[in-house]
Amino acid sequence: MDTFLQQMVNGLTAGSVYAVVALGYTMVYGIIQLINFAHGEVVMIGAMVAFSVINLLVPSGLPPLAIVLIGAGCAVPICMLVGYGMERLAYRPLRHAPRLAPLITAIGVSIILQHIALMIWSRNILAFPQIIPSRSYFIGGAAITTIQIAILAICFMLMASLAILVYRTPLGTAMRATAQNPQVAGLMGIDINRVIAVTFILGAGLGAVAGVLFGTYYGIAQYTMGSVLGLKAFSAAVLGGIGNIPGAMLGGVLLGVVEALGAGYIGDFTDVCAWGVPLAACEGGGTFILFGSNYQDVFAFLVLILVLVFRPQGLLGERVGDRA
Amino acid sequence: MLLEVKALEVHYGGIRAVKGIDLEVEQGELVCLIGANGAGKTTTLKAICRLLPSSGKIAYAGSDITRAKVHELPRQGLVMVPEGRGIFPQLTVEENLAMGAYVRGRVDAERQYATFPRLKERRTQVAGTLSGGEQQMLAIARALMTEPKLLLLDEPSMGLAPMMVARIFEVVREIAKRGVTILLVEQNARLALELAHRGYVMESGAIAVSGSAKSLLEDARVKEAYLGEAAS
Ligand SMILES: Nc1ncnc2c1ncn2[C@@H]1O[C@H](COP(=O)(O)OP(=O)(O)OP(=O)(O)O)[C@@H](O)[C@H]1O
Ligand SMILES: [Mg+2]
Repeated sequence: MDTFLQQMVNGLTAGSVYAVVALGYTMVYGIIQLINFAHGEVVMIGAMVAFSVINLLVPSGLPPLAIVLIGAGCAVPICMLVGYGMERLAYRPLRHAPRLAPLITAIGVSIILQHIALMIWSRNILAFPQIIPSRSYFIGGAAITTIQIAILAICFMLMASLAILVYRTPLGTAMRATAQNPQVAGLMGIDINRVIAVTFILGAGLGAVAGVLFGTYYGIAQYTMGSVLGLKAFSAAVLGGIGNIPGAMLGGVLLGVVEALGAGYIGDFTDVCAWGVPLAACEGGGTFILFGSNYQDVFAFLVLILVLVFRPQGLLGERVGDRA
Repeated sequence: MLLEVKALEVHYGGIRAVKGIDLEVEQGELVCLIGANGAGKTTTLKAICRLLPSSGKIAYAGSDITRAKVHELPRQGLVMVPEGRGIFPQLTVEENLAMGAYVRGRVDAERQYATFPRLKERRTQVAGTLSGGEQQMLAIARALMTEPKLLLLDEPSMGLAPMMVARIFEVVREIAKRGVTILLVEQNARLALELAHRGYVMESGAIAVSGSAKSLLEDARVKEAYLGEAAS
């Protein structure tokens, strides 16, 4: 098997999910300069709701695809409601407060949501029932499963739809106008509270779908899954340039690929035997690996640190000539 | 009376920036509000648009708007072109104009392009890259897209070269001729008074003098302080 090609396939799949989650961070940041740390929890709630519904429906004998769609169909509106609720109750009252206040509130909202999930679902790991038969296709030495194909297709479709909404519709233009100058947007008759609420709702809806896909991909969901996934998606948004929508898409995909390639090769690169060190473990073609692929999560944060040090505005952030 | 302001007071924290002014604009009139830096002109306009909380009465088209939300006023035909233009820098010229038509839901920029041919040439250009004069034209065109009844203009000639100032005043005259009522805030007192029907002179938060534009042009105090002529 070709490690490089295989890890590219895996990386693109995970990365497209990161990208969809990252959009939620970047859209909210773009419009009110808030890092909504609770967004990862919205994604988690999406996965948990969908899994509960799916597990409930499995005995009903409905076709598997219908069951998954109903699960996602429940998760999306619930997450949208959570997204709207946090904007309305937690962030809107702090709209004009010093920036640290909503930021700390976001951390608080994240903790609250995680604990509500803990109360509803307990610490149990929800498993995704193997109802969809997964087939593998082989392309040039790498395998790609039907689930991976579905995830890639859905994520790229969502990203394309969002891009059309934001760059081609009056609502999207109003969102960008509000992001650039909320006061003048109001003077043009745009109800900025509504636009901001819609931004949260859209981000949460995307997060819900991403949560379902992510859970399906790894087969499990748990109340803590939002933290690491959220942090990775946030890193992706920063990598692309926080507040920049194409940046979040690019950042997410890149982060997925970097992470997968890192996980694929870190074992080979940190094999002490390959360095020629004469250890007992190396005899007869043995290996002594310092860091295995279980260190994969490290790469996202490595990327975050490198970006913050060398290009804090991100890859696509702050284009020249955009300032009046 | 299209706009009727009575005993308007605006505070910034402890600072009283507008100290109980009365101001009226009749349907079809062009009224100018002049005064030195910091007199409270912008503050007055912002209060009328509900960007700032205030006490006193503000009636527009016969109804009290002190409880209205900022975004509800353009729908009723009351629109402001803010100080410093306030264009959306990363949107294109076309998109900026579309935002002016947001409340009406129908984008028909051709009429604005006829008035401002320069904007038509630049329609797909990002607005932040326009020159200052072009940006001011865009800001005015965008406001006209809402089809206003009352247009509040806050220093449209600010920071522009003399040629462009003349062009902007010409545009204001044209808009007024079309029947749009205008309340114009200006530092360029002479040009503003030559254009306007009536004028108000504001000094540290209060109306110092008011009257017909003609009478203000001849007022000794106005001449000395705002028209750069020695009192005779
Ligand atoms: N956000 C604010 N906070 C505190 N004070 C303010 C604020 N904005 C304006 N002021 C004060 O209110 C007074 C009136 O300001 P305003 O901007 O209305 O003046 P202006 O007549 O528009 O002046 P200019 O011709 O320079 O635009 C000034 O003394 C100013 O310092
Ligand atoms: Mg001013």
